[in-house]
Amino acid sequence: MSKDQNKMSKANKVLPQGEDLGGAKREYNFTVYTENQIGLLNRIAIIFSRRKINIESLNTSPSEIESIHRFNIVIHETEDVVRKLARQIEKQVEVLKVYFNTNEDVIWQELALYKVPTDNIAEKASVERLLRQYGARAVVIRKDYTVFETTGHREETDALIEVLQPFGLIEFVRSARVAIIKGSSGFNVKLREFERTEPAPDVVENEYLNKRGDIFTM
Amino acid sequence: MDTRQQATITIPEQKEAVELTGGAALLEALLIEGVDTIFGYPGGAIMPIYDALYDYQDKLSHILVRHEQGGIHAGQGYARSSGKVGVVFATSGPGATNLVTGLADALIDSTPLVCITGQVFAHLLGTDAFQETDVINITTPVTKWNYQVTDAEEIPEVIAKAFYIARSGRPGPVLIDITKNAQIQKFSYPGYTPCDHIRSYRPKPIVRKEYIEQAAELINQAKKPFILWGQGVLLGYAENEFKAFVEKSGIPAAWTILGAGAIKTDHPLNVGMLGMHGNYGPNVLTNECDVLIAIGMRFDDRVTGRLDKYAKQAKIIHLDIDPAEIDKNVKATVPVWGDCKETLPLITELIQSNDHSAWLQKFRNYEKQEIEAVIQDELFPSSGQITMGEVIQQLNELTKSEAIIVTDVGQHQMVACRYAKFNHTRSNITSGGLGTMGFALPAAIGAKFGAPGRTVVAIIGDGGIQMTIQELGTIMQSGIHVKIIILNNEFLGMVRQWQELFHDKRYSFVNITSPNFVTVASGYGIPGKSVSERKDLKEALKEMLNHQGSFLLEVMVTKENNVFPMVPQGCSVSEIRLK
Repeated sequence: MSKDQNKMSKANKVLPQGEDLGGAKREYNFTVYTENQIGLLNRIAIIFSRRKINIESLNTSPSEIESIHRFNIVIHETEDVVRKLARQIEKQVEVLKVYFNTNEDVIWQELALYKVPTDNIAEKASVERLLRQYGARAVVIRKDYTVFETTGHREETDALIEVLQPFGLIEFVRSARVAIIKGSSGFNVKLREFERTEPAPDVVENEYLNKRGDIFTM
Repeated sequence: MDTRQQATITIPEQKEAVELTGGAALLEALLIEGVDTIFGYPGGAIMPIYDALYDYQDKLSHILVRHEQGGIHAGQGYARSSGKVGVVFATSGPGATNLVTGLADALIDSTPLVCITGQVFAHLLGTDAFQETDVINITTPVTKWNYQVTDAEEIPEVIAKAFYIARSGRPGPVLIDITKNAQIQKFSYPGYTPCDHIRSYRPKPIVRKEYIEQAAELINQAKKPFILWGQGVLLGYAENEFKAFVEKSGIPAAWTILGAGAIKTDHPLNVGMLGMHGNYGPNVLTNECDVLIAIGMRFDDRVTGRLDKYAKQAKIIHLDIDPAEIDKNVKATVPVWGDCKETLPLITELIQSNDHSAWLQKFRNYEKQEIEAVIQDELFPSSGQITMGEVIQQLNELTKSEAIIVTDVGQHQMVACRYAKFNHTRSNITSGGLGTMGFALPAAIGAKFGAPGRTVVAIIGDGGIQMTIQELGTIMQSGIHVKIIILNNEFLGMVRQWQELFHDKRYSFVNITSPNFVTVASGYGIPGKSVSERKDLKEALKEMLNHQGSFLLEVMVTKENNVFPMVPQGCSVSEIRLK
């Protein structure tokens, strides 16, 4: 079927020839638009834990629309599992819409903070080089310690840990991932559809059926 | 006879805002939602609601159960027989946690319920107060929706949402936890507006024409099409639409246990029951059909057996209202997402009238084999002890297949589902997805309240009856008429069967002793009888059915009979065994 061919050609962009996209685990980013409701975080989280799937990163924040919240959830799973999870999440009453994307389809960032002894860093490291090389900046400089901040992908924030470890890294913390979908035109139009009591005839709300083979779905 | 009642809501003309307590506002909401019966049990944290109920006794009938689990199963039975939303009250802490099994059962079997639990005062939340439990978090995985009310002003809107969510789309249980202060609090009650839209929730999708057309085309080209139907047909009130589709297409149709009764058991195109203990033909021929049309069913593992050997040769058309069911277990060739009451007539219109009599004959041939190998001996044994099957067979004759049959879980359940005949929809009430022992007695009580004009027969094993036997007290006090048949084989029969077949007959803790059930019943003022001889069976059944009131009949049946056919776990449906 042509749907399956589409799927394969998409798979071939990122995976070795012939590998089944449905069967290979990789990182997926869920973007979930929801009402702001107490308990909804738990309702969504247990969809993963019930299936013994680890959430690698979870962020909740406001979205481009006032009163609507946006979850970013990262997991490492096969597309097949991810698709089923997306439908289970979207089934929740207070969830408006779920999207899932591979890392290639999103712009994403994580923020990290590093606390190191100021003495060490001043004496032994070339601070200026570090800051330039890792895109970091100093947030606080005190006599006893300095806090650096950097944002970027996982490997970038990880790399700075390695570098700072020899200088007596005191504390490290990294935020959850936030991600913007490259192909999305935002949620405003969609929300207007949802707010109609009766969907307009031109609204195709089960459009996911068209794109059963695509990454961007539902 | 049509006992179905679509929920009808009449909104009283809005008077001026009145001062009401939260508890009274709740009861006002229930009245407008058409509630007539509540199953419940009072306790400290729900006392203000019960205090308000004191003044509503002429409008709302409250059935005092003997355990909250009994209350929620009664609510399920009520919902399943009437088509209305079941309503259950329980107090905080242990009252609420006792609802959990019933919530899980109702969620997996898509039963519409609104459960109201009392909760400690809002200022005590999180302090480990007396009878405080985190009910919202405990019930989140087993409810379609839940919400904690801490302010009386929220009550009208939240109850409206609760009923709307419970009954719309794919139905399910909703729990509303109301803190005691909100029940007591007086507020200016603005009147009640039923909910018909929640922006983040789309219960009924717009039907997609192209999939209707593709489905019709596949059906028109099919040489060996096969229909599987489930409870979705009942939940969508689509029995007539379904019958029209089956009859025009001429396609053999088989049912899941929750779908039983959507069309008559004796309908010429009804080829029987699916699944692990289903009929021979439907299981074998699932792996021979060319187009499989699944309507309102979810391809449960007890229906499909081994998935990678399930209907691999067939194109699959899947009709379901819940998008999460499409492609979940079995990949659909044509997904028809929508309410089958809408989608079925659209497909019926596009298909040609057809006759698949040669293909249908194949089902009948397998049926003949099954009758010879299994059914004849089960239903009409000439010697030995009474079998479960012959009890059901005689019950069919005496009730003329008009009764509601409520079953518990285990061997008797499979036998009852296999052999009970149904002339009407909403007649087979059983715990399907969760397999909850103890379901039948309270569910039968609820079913009778939901369909007071019909005979309700509970068929229960000697194990399951003892899990909720206290509900005999509910029967006693409410005076409801329920016929109770205990099929006693002195074993936990289904587990024993598995131990015999798959664990070298190592009978590990399946030998269960029982009290004298007739004496127990008489303690509750319920007449009863126990029979163990074939010659006494029919008369005893007659006595039970003719008695004006509840009656308990214990039938001592063969101890070590097995339910066959059987698809052993991990096997394909076509590997079904006749012995």
